[in-house]
Amino acid sequence: MDRQLRANGNDWLIKVFSDNAGAVRINPESLFVWKVETHNSPSAIDPYGGAITGILGNNRDPLATGIGGARLLFNTNVLCFGNPEFNGTLLSNQLHPRRIFEGVRKGIEDGGNKSGVPTVNGAIVFDDRYAGKPLVYCGTGAVMPMQLAGLDSWEKKIDAQDRIIMAGGRVGKDGIHGATFSSIELDETSPATAVQIGSPITQKLAMDFLVLATRRGLIKCSTDNGAGGLSSSIGELATISGGAVVELEKVPLKYPGLRPWEIFVSESQERFSLAVEPAKMDELLSLGREMEVELTDIGYFTADGYLDVRFDGDSVARLNMEFLHNGVPRKVLEAEWSKPQAAEPTLPATSDYTDVLTRLLGSLNICSRESVIRQYDHEVKGRTIIKPLMGATGQAPQDAAVVRFNFESWEGVAVSNGILPRFGDLDAYHMSAGAFDEAVRQIVAVGGKLPNLSYGDGNFWSVNDNFCVPDSVYDATTNPDGKLKLAKLVRMCEALRDATAAYCIPLTSGKDSMKNDFKADGVKISVPPTVLYSMTAKIEDVRHTITSDFKQADDVIYLLGETYDELGGSEFYQLFGELGANVPEVRFDKAKELYTLMGQANDQHLIQSCHDLSDGGLAVALAEATFGHGYGATVDLPEGLPVHVQLFSESHSRFVATVAPEDVVAFEQHFGTRATRLGVVTLDSHLTVRHAGSPLLRPARPCCATSGPTAR
Amino acid sequence: MNDTSQKVQALILTGFGINCEEEYAAAYRLAGAEATIVHLNQVLHGHVSIHDYDILNFPGGFSFGDDLGSGVVLANKLRYRKNAEGRTLLDDIKEFVANGKFVMGICNGFQVLVKLGLLPNLSGNVTPEVTLTHNASGRYEDRWVRLKVNPKSNSPFLKGLDTMEVPVRHGEGRLIISGTDTLAHIEEQALNCLSYTDFDGSPTDVYPHNPNGADLNCAGLTDTTGQVFGLMPHPEAFLSLYNHPDWARRKRLNPGLSEEGDGLRLFRNIVEHVQSQRQTAVSPQEASQFSS
Repeated sequence: MDRQLRANGNDWLIKVFSDNAGAVRINPESLFVWKVETHNSPSAIDPYGGAITGILGNNRDPLATGIGGARLLFNTNVLCFGNPEFNGTLLSNQLHPRRIFEGVRKGIEDGGNKSGVPTVNGAIVFDDRYAGKPLVYCGTGAVMPMQLAGLDSWEKKIDAQDRIIMAGGRVGKDGIHGATFSSIELDETSPATAVQIGSPITQKLAMDFLVLATRRGLIKCSTDNGAGGLSSSIGELATISGGAVVELEKVPLKYPGLRPWEIFVSESQERFSLAVEPAKMDELLSLGREMEVELTDIGYFTADGYLDVRFDGDSVARLNMEFLHNGVPRKVLEAEWSKPQAAEPTLPATSDYTDVLTRLLGSLNICSRESVIRQYDHEVKGRTIIKPLMGATGQAPQDAAVVRFNFESWEGVAVSNGILPRFGDLDAYHMSAGAFDEAVRQIVAVGGKLPNLSYGDGNFWSVNDNFCVPDSVYDATTNPDGKLKLAKLVRMCEALRDATAAYCIPLTSGKDSMKNDFKADGVKISVPPTVLYSMTAKIEDVRHTITSDFKQADDVIYLLGETYDELGGSEFYQLFGELGANVPEVRFDKAKELYTLMGQANDQHLIQSCHDLSDGGLAVALAEATFGHGYGATVDLPEGLPVHVQLFSESHSRFVATVAPEDVVAFEQHFGTRATRLGVVTLDSHLTVRHAGSPLLRPARPCCATSGPTAR
Repeated sequence: MNDTSQKVQALILTGFGINCEEEYAAAYRLAGAEATIVHLNQVLHGHVSIHDYDILNFPGGFSFGDDLGSGVVLANKLRYRKNAEGRTLLDDIKEFVANGKFVMGICNGFQVLVKLGLLPNLSGNVTPEVTLTHNASGRYEDRWVRLKVNPKSNSPFLKGLDTMEVPVRHGEGRLIISGTDTLAHIEEQALNCLSYTDFDGSPTDVYPHNPNGADLNCAGLTDTTGQVFGLMPHPEAFLSLYNHPDWARRKRLNPGLSEEGDGLRLFRNIVEHVQSQRQTAVSPQEASQFSS
């Protein structure tokens, strides 16, 4: 991908899969740094602690990339829970899905709001199979100057004799074995003490300090103390110089009584490890005192090839660096794919599509998220241009979020998330491809342009992939379908390869979580194989972005892209308890062509509103577009596919767009057969859908239909 | 340096969990002033003097985590922490206000000014007279509200302003005024300078137009001089048209719409006021120079 981009004059890929977070170039002065991670196991046993640590821990990744000290720009989060209205019997030590939901939500509220980082975008997915282990994905974007005190900010340099400084919080017993416990299945005995509890204020102090110290050139490079604590942070940094000596007795403790190995592996939060030149120590320590951030000199880097850990002069560990990093033999696992037996259902004959739409709008995966969204600060820092809810009513759900980088220019970034676990029950390949396309089309909907379309367009895109799968290691008794589960993972990866190549959109970082199972009382609850693609793209001028809500009466409504008979795995089938067979497929060539046309149309300002089609298909997208101001719409479905397919199929790569009457000719000429004229925006607040002249659908007041179970 | 040629100087405090300092500074810069962001400790330790500035600003955020109640710890630091000379920052702030200078607090900054007693300060003794507590809804909320300026307010921050749209982002923004005397004094002197209104512009106690259930539907207070001003909503979050949730439709309706947000007008107001004050203060001096 990098070669393909560079050949076309696009050399904005700066750091890929090699540091705490990936980095791409915004312009000659600044870098965009971003990372998305999961924090699933901790959130299962301590939802609040797990989620807040997820947010704060993920914040530290861009903060500690390269030299360090990036300024955080936004948070995003995607959450997968069991049904919050579950009323069955819980297994031993299993928390109720609503308790997990509320705890995680509160953790995200405090983690983001108290750090002063806006939560601009997210998603909540409900499925009974997340009732054992929820999935909690946290993402953070940040901006870093290309140069810090005259040095390339993204480079990590360390020489022998540089000091190792621990900055931020103190070390306690919290979070010992956090990393190892996260990598096994949960059961009745999983220890709550393995979960660290984050303190946003302690971290905010350390973050403010890091921003200042890096700009003054006091820090050579920094890294985050996350999983594995000091053992992992110093173990990683020591590869740069070729070794390190750590003196554990110097590490400040929350309370006495920790054994040396506990100090070394504790995952107590809010800590950074810094490499500092001896000559800069005095100035650094005095800045720490001024800002009330505790800094401790706990050893120095060497070049002798060993990680040498001591306590009061006694040796605790002395490990060869080569063995430490490359000593684990590679696992060989078996995968075996077989297509599931599936068939299209015969549905009861219905013509009451008003009722179907109303039920869809109230269903768990479609209903309004307003009650959750409003409890997150999505506009601190004053730069959020497209928020999760927009319009005069503040109730129109949006696709990608858009945030500008600063107050001096109109450059910004669009942020989206694609996740479609339902489709994995039919085919993990199409689920993965669809999730990738969903993230791309959300950015295209707000006015983002695909990358590398022309020479040196400088239009960065950057994706984080996060795979969360159940235990996929075959075992005849404990995991008999392990080979099939692994095959699903393989198919997800194959789709990812095809999608990145088709759109020329690169992955810059990611994380995998491989044991998402909960076992108790002889029952195992495993998550469906899930992948989240979190995507960002540069927006040249945020003033030209597009929101999803209808803007004016008499604007003409179009469907962009093609609908297929693809109701398999749809929310529509779900209403009838059916899965179906025809899983939506992404036709990459046609999708890319359409997205390119949309970029050109936006250059000519031909589009007034645009909403991507996803859960619930065309009918839901139309209803959502009316929420922003109370406009209605009158739509006539064309001949062709059966009406329920046209209304509810979840075929990918489609949009509902509106066009000002004076631009209709230019618009239709530009899109040709890719655009289907559906109808017009109306002043009355009614959504009317007709077919062959007779009304199919006319909900009383679409705005009121959003109050589902989570909108209390 | 000639006083009138120097830009108006705004000091913006940060550190310990304050987190709206960047947009606050941007607001003053866009309004033509110079904004300096300084860590609280630099002021508390006496390394930076507030008297070198015209407007002292307390931004929003979660100072010291707000675990004892919003703004409480910071207010206590200002009241009790003494620097090497034995002065508290509150001593300096009193002198600062007596010198005719201005203090502003937004959200957490407003909470600090109220817990400290700088607002509304009916008695002049800087003791807390009202309080801000948990929203009636029981939850933190981020939503846009409409404000009406009290036409009787004497504060230069609000001169010429009538209505304003701004976001609120708080969990403890409900103003409680206990005692009918206090309430009457606040109303008589028009210290309740901003109220939450419905779509028609009438003050309302109906949720969510009034997002927190505040007494008098009050969103902001001034002291009796009008020099100290605080509010729960965030004018610094509406500097550009494109911050508003309905910007895209409004721009479609009116392509010539100003790209400035409502919040910026408030900052222009105070910056212009300080500038005009300087001109009137300097003119007699210049006159005497000419005559000598």
